[in-house]
Amino acid sequence: MLEFAYYPGCSLEHTASPYDKSTRAVFKSLGIGLREIEDWNCCGATMYMSAKKIVGYSISARNLALAQEMGLEICAPCSSCYTILRKTNRHIAWDPKEGKKINEALAAAGMSYTKPVNVRHPLDIIVNDVGIDVLKSKVTRPLTGLKVAPYYGCQIVRPVGYFDDKDDPQTMDILIRALGAEAVAYPPKVRCCGGMLMTTDEQIALKLCHELLQAAAENGGEMIATACPLCHVNLEGFQGKVNAQYSTEFNIPVIYFTHLVGIALGLSPEELGLDKLLIEPSKLMAMKGVVAV
Amino acid sequence: MTEAIKTTSPTEAELHAAFWEQIESFPDGHKIKKCLQCGTCTGTCPVSQFMDITPRQTIAMFRAGRLEDILRSKTIWICASCYACTVRCPAGIKVTDTMYALKRIAMHRKIYPANFPVHSLSSTFMNNVYKYGRNYELGLGVKYFMRSHIVKLFTTAGYGIAMIRRGRMGLLPKRIKRVSQIQAIIKKANEFGEQ
Repeated sequence: MLEFAYYPGCSLEHTASPYDKSTRAVFKSLGIGLREIEDWNCCGATMYMSAKKIVGYSISARNLALAQEMGLEICAPCSSCYTILRKTNRHIAWDPKEGKKINEALAAAGMSYTKPVNVRHPLDIIVNDVGIDVLKSKVTRPLTGLKVAPYYGCQIVRPVGYFDDKDDPQTMDILIRALGAEAVAYPPKVRCCGGMLMTTDEQIALKLCHELLQAAAENGGEMIATACPLCHVNLEGFQGKVNAQYSTEFNIPVIYFTHLVGIALGLSPEELGLDKLLIEPSKLMAMKGVVAV
Repeated sequence: MTEAIKTTSPTEAELHAAFWEQIESFPDGHKIKKCLQCGTCTGTCPVSQFMDITPRQTIAMFRAGRLEDILRSKTIWICASCYACTVRCPAGIKVTDTMYALKRIAMHRKIYPANFPVHSLSSTFMNNVYKYGRNYELGLGVKYFMRSHIVKLFTTAGYGIAMIRRGRMGLLPKRIKRVSQIQAIIKKANEFGEQ
């Protein structure tokens, strides 16, 4: 049986709790084990990188060291955590002197990190480990007629495209089609949502989000599927502000790709945390009435 | 810029030395020497139109010995870490990592753009991680807005309330069990200096 060390990350505890709920439910339904890393800490995010690099990598490495003891690969749904954890591994492998510093810091807490732990994203796991054929065989409610804009954001494909193309990734498109839905053309699929700029310089982030919402509407996307808590909160939570700023009337549900998988696998909207979204994806929720083909 | 700031600020030579030290401290940092000023970074950057100095100009100004001007611009704090420039640079320059390096120099020397206190988000964030071992989203937002633009506390309140109603905003911080480990790691790692 496939099993992973689960690293939810801070966002998935609160703002992205629907992502956490749906990831756990979907993995369970697919028969993939997820063992939460006991007492995990913040990955350090981009904000530690901006101030103290070695400190940031050292606290990130505490999580890797905890997973090392479990002997499992990590599954990290948050794009930012995914990139930071992978970057930590790359940094340690790049220069043994840097790895030594990080291990000295870990030693102060009685820990060490010597056997590199691979870090994976759930989108990669579902499509490439479970596989499209197996997934299709488990679909009990095909999402026929649903038009979804696949939005990958930045950090699962950049700076290094570990499991997909950096400019025109296909993994989520393939997944959406396997579930019976339509993946509409979405030219800005890897364009930035503004990230933390929504907090620090709102006008910039609102403009970027406006362009992303506009592109979904123009291409016939009835909802946007994301793989990142920050993309999700910017596009969903601040859609009202985009409308106020640009005199638009967008009411586009923004969901996590795990929600699509969950509904297609026969799980309930509540099990997937769909009821916690600010803009109800009513068409997706209504799919629970769809009868298996 | 006032004369007082000029005389107390580090010399350009010191900033350059710090910059090179930073550049050597991450993979492929040295490739910045190969910049051909083609402007692909600026063209692909989704936020370059909001920067006072574009990514291409940042490298040109560094070469011209104007690091302090770079640190006093908003540019490095507007970079959203999307890595578009990094993957498209024909010379393989790690532009995003270079922006991080510049931020670290700015944070260490407290050289910031006027009226643009974005750096304080990082300090607040680091305090939370030290205290709790995890990020505390509500506390981070409230404290940052109090330090930077207090009006946003009110204009963002609607979002906060909607999120609290859906159970998506933790009112209290979550502290990990072995927070002493985090604190020991941070204290030790801090000994390695500004890198």
